[in-house]
Amino acid sequence: MKYTPLIGLEVHVELNTLSKMFCSCPADHFGKEPNTQTCPVCLGLPGALPVPNKKAIENCIKIGLSLNCTINKLSKFDRKQYFYPDLSKGYQISQYDQPFCSDGFVVLESGKKIRIERVHQEEDTGKLQHTILNGKKVSLVDFNRSGVPLVEIVSRPDMESSGEAKEYLKKIHGLIRALGVSSADMEKGQMRLEPTVNVKIEDDHGIHYTPLVEIKNINSFNFAVQAIEYEVKRQLDEFSRTAIEKSATNKTTRGYDSVKKTTFLQRTKEEAKDYRYFPEPDIPPFALNDTYIDELRNTLPLLPDQIIAALIAEGVEPKYAKVLCDNKDSYIAYNHNKEKEGIDRAKLASLIANKKIDIGKDIPAQYQKLTQSGITDRQMLEKVVAQILAENPSVVADYKKGKTGVLGFFVGQAMKNTNGQANPQIISKLFLDLLSGS
Amino acid sequence: MKDLHTLTIDEVHAGYRNGDFTCTDLVRHLLNRIEKYNPKLNIFLRLNPEVLDQAARIDREIKEKGINRPLLGIPFAIKDNFLTVGIETTASSNILKGFMPQYESSVTQKLLDAGAIFLGKTNMDSFAHGSSTETSDFGPTLNPWNIEYLPGGSSGGSAAAIAAGLATAALGSETAGSIRQPAAWCGVTGFKPTYGRAGRYGCIAMASSTDSPGPIARSVYDCAKILEVIAGQDKFDATTSPKPTDKYSACSGQGSLAGMKIGLIKEYLLPEMRDDVKKLIYDSADKLSSLGAQVEEVSLMDPKYSIGVYTVIQRSEVSSNLARFDGIRFGHERDRFNDENKRRIMLGTYTLSAGYYDAYYKKALAVRTKIINEFADLYKSYDALIGAVSPGPALKVGASKDQPMFGEMQDMLLEASSVAGLTSASVPCGFVDGLPIGLQITCDQFQEMKALSIAHCFQKNTDFVKFPDLNSL
Amino acid sequence: MHKAHPITSDDVRKIAKLANLSVLPGEVDKLAGQFSETVDVVNELNEIDTTSVPETYQVTNLVNVFRDDVVDPARVLSQQQALSQAKNTHNGFFVVPRVIDSVEDAL
Repeated sequence: MKYTPLIGLEVHVELNTLSKMFCSCPADHFGKEPNTQTCPVCLGLPGALPVPNKKAIENCIKIGLSLNCTINKLSKFDRKQYFYPDLSKGYQISQYDQPFCSDGFVVLESGKKIRIERVHQEEDTGKLQHTILNGKKVSLVDFNRSGVPLVEIVSRPDMESSGEAKEYLKKIHGLIRALGVSSADMEKGQMRLEPTVNVKIEDDHGIHYTPLVEIKNINSFNFAVQAIEYEVKRQLDEFSRTAIEKSATNKTTRGYDSVKKTTFLQRTKEEAKDYRYFPEPDIPPFALNDTYIDELRNTLPLLPDQIIAALIAEGVEPKYAKVLCDNKDSYIAYNHNKEKEGIDRAKLASLIANKKIDIGKDIPAQYQKLTQSGITDRQMLEKVVAQILAENPSVVADYKKGKTGVLGFFVGQAMKNTNGQANPQIISKLFLDLLSGS
Repeated sequence: MKDLHTLTIDEVHAGYRNGDFTCTDLVRHLLNRIEKYNPKLNIFLRLNPEVLDQAARIDREIKEKGINRPLLGIPFAIKDNFLTVGIETTASSNILKGFMPQYESSVTQKLLDAGAIFLGKTNMDSFAHGSSTETSDFGPTLNPWNIEYLPGGSSGGSAAAIAAGLATAALGSETAGSIRQPAAWCGVTGFKPTYGRAGRYGCIAMASSTDSPGPIARSVYDCAKILEVIAGQDKFDATTSPKPTDKYSACSGQGSLAGMKIGLIKEYLLPEMRDDVKKLIYDSADKLSSLGAQVEEVSLMDPKYSIGVYTVIQRSEVSSNLARFDGIRFGHERDRFNDENKRRIMLGTYTLSAGYYDAYYKKALAVRTKIINEFADLYKSYDALIGAVSPGPALKVGASKDQPMFGEMQDMLLEASSVAGLTSASVPCGFVDGLPIGLQITCDQFQEMKALSIAHCFQKNTDFVKFPDLNSL
Repeated sequence: MHKAHPITSDDVRKIAKLANLSVLPGEVDKLAGQFSETVDVVNELNEIDTTSVPETYQVTNLVNVFRDDVVDPARVLSQQQALSQAKNTHNGFFVVPRVIDSVEDAL
């Protein structure tokens, strides 16, 4: 019997725009007093109307571009209708059949492509809190979060292990942060994950697929890994007992218990949810042209993969390139100092990445000390170089005839002269300058 | 001197300027009439508690600055689906009983900024679900021409307020007929602007893709003056147009209709329409002809299809727009919706539901395209299209009971132009059995000036603008 | 071409649930009849050929309407205003009866 987990991931990203998706309330809601950041629009009062936030839409498109998506020339918002106390209008404005972005991909270390089905825009709901008031079970609703812009990234079920899922999530996370469109702080709920898991089983009777399970309430990559691993085992076990296969109507939702490290069934719906999607009549559609999309593309900062590639190209070891990329301050420190006199890029990168250098203090000085790059006093070294050239006229003549390899001889002489203390790069450069000059 | 309640906007301003009367005088006069006639007619649901204070402030302003705002001191009746801060707003529904809005609608804010004063909120079909004002949870409004009859709807209260002389001007809204039809049944002038010409922010939504706030008043000219104030892009309503507005009161400059080509819609002369009503429509066509227009019969899609299109679009959007009424943040529980509300919500839920969306909603939207294209073709050759507003005169109280499609049937001559977002004037064109009949003058999108000009010319050269004698009540 | 589907009482109950409306048992049949009447009128639309006719849900051909990402403090309601029209509030929150959405909650 052979089995392959099939994992898809739905990631919701809370954007860091100043205002909400469809109104001008502040979007930064974390830790605020309840219901102090609402207006008729996000509170769903009678007569209120949505007006879309341009920056939020551009951020959604940027996310799509960085995920190699096609940006759809025609798109629109749709109403997704259901009743829930935290959904003030009784519908969520989202995107259904014409999202801003579709058909993208992300490439894992192994070279495997994880396809992205769509990247679309929607608004967040309010927050529910359960408590007991006057002996009755109640829920308390806060609408500060209602209407905050969200971007939903939906992958195809191309991941086949919890490891691949984790790598995918880390890539998405890094990308979001590099774009600067969200802090993606998972503890604050700014990046939310929902894996959908099932298993492909190949046995003597053929190929079978277990029913799809969507797992909610996961707020860390490690929890996602644990939940996925538990769920795969559980599904294999269930299949071996029941042989129930995936159908159009048996998808279920399970919650994740981080203490027990298990998933548990949430209320199964008797019938599939009918969201009665229809085009949002209060918001005209979008027609985007190539010029606009290209303009947005040009505003994209260098993305992690591009940064790492560039670092490797200039001599930095891949493992250090990754570390520098992940830490903005380290990356800046490296860039600031890599061109300086006497500094070798690869060495600098490794010292910063290994934290041998305190980037808050004088970096070249620390570098010198650590690499014992010796004498860098130009005036003194110039004297040494001039002296060696003067003492070796025939070698100079050889060099001039084209025997450039003799440079090594000259550098060796200088090192001997300075008891190995001279900085070889500087010496080299000085020789070259003088040799080309005379 | 003329009775204060019979004055037009300009006449009121002239009176203020001449010192003939003050705003407080006018408001008191109207309040007295409301006190006398409202208990019977049930036009106003409630009055503005601050109206006299506001009138006093306006009088001070007039004294100090003169008439420096376009609607300064003009007393308005406001349909109860517009959110007005300080005045309870219910859309004539028990679900919103006691609702004190936390914000002002865009259009009423514009009226206030122009100096208008609100007398109170007028009765309507609850949530605008009707064409009679009979689905109001607070009793029907009665037609000031004959109290055995309905005023039409859903802006029945606003239209009746003008007919009964209980306000100088009124604000209504039209989803499909809700301004034009009550104006016709009450013998007053109503104007439906192009969809997106006036902002819907703060107007309790019925059908988001057709709702249009608009004026109901004593004359076309007064409607134009009000339109000047309420028209324009609304930054809180993404469906309003950035197209510049006009000085619509210039419509009064239209002396003759020479050069205009007008189409009389053949299919709107319904087989079941009374001969005396048809005659009034033909007479109106002749009148327009005599004013210089070239009038010809034109053909449009059978109105029965408009009923289907409008019913699906409206009820689908209604079902969604009323989802927010869950009693959590405002209002009462959903069991306070009345039968008509529930019917419409449920039908709309059905037409949007899985398995039926394509057959109903999508289909309706496609037929809508055909309707739009048909109008577009006609407007290449014609400046305006005319026809009756309503299949007949006002119907008796009780006519709408247990008629699941009453509203949509009554509005069949108005639904096509509504779903196409066109602009249209409803002007009185005669009487049958002592009840008024209205003529619609419908123009292409954003041709408000044209519609108003033709309507004004017609009105100026006819004598159909009359008001009932309420002493018989 | 959509076939006419008579609305049953079962349909009415399902629709009511979707619409979050309560319908009294006595009303269900009457509603089913009224619906059917309405659906019959609507079904007449099938007489019109709409092959290759696109839908119109925005009648004035507007596109790309946005607002700038700016906070407008003047439009933000105070907590008191936001809560002022609610029947049930507590410490700044709106209060609703407990929503059951998981097996755990139901316990």
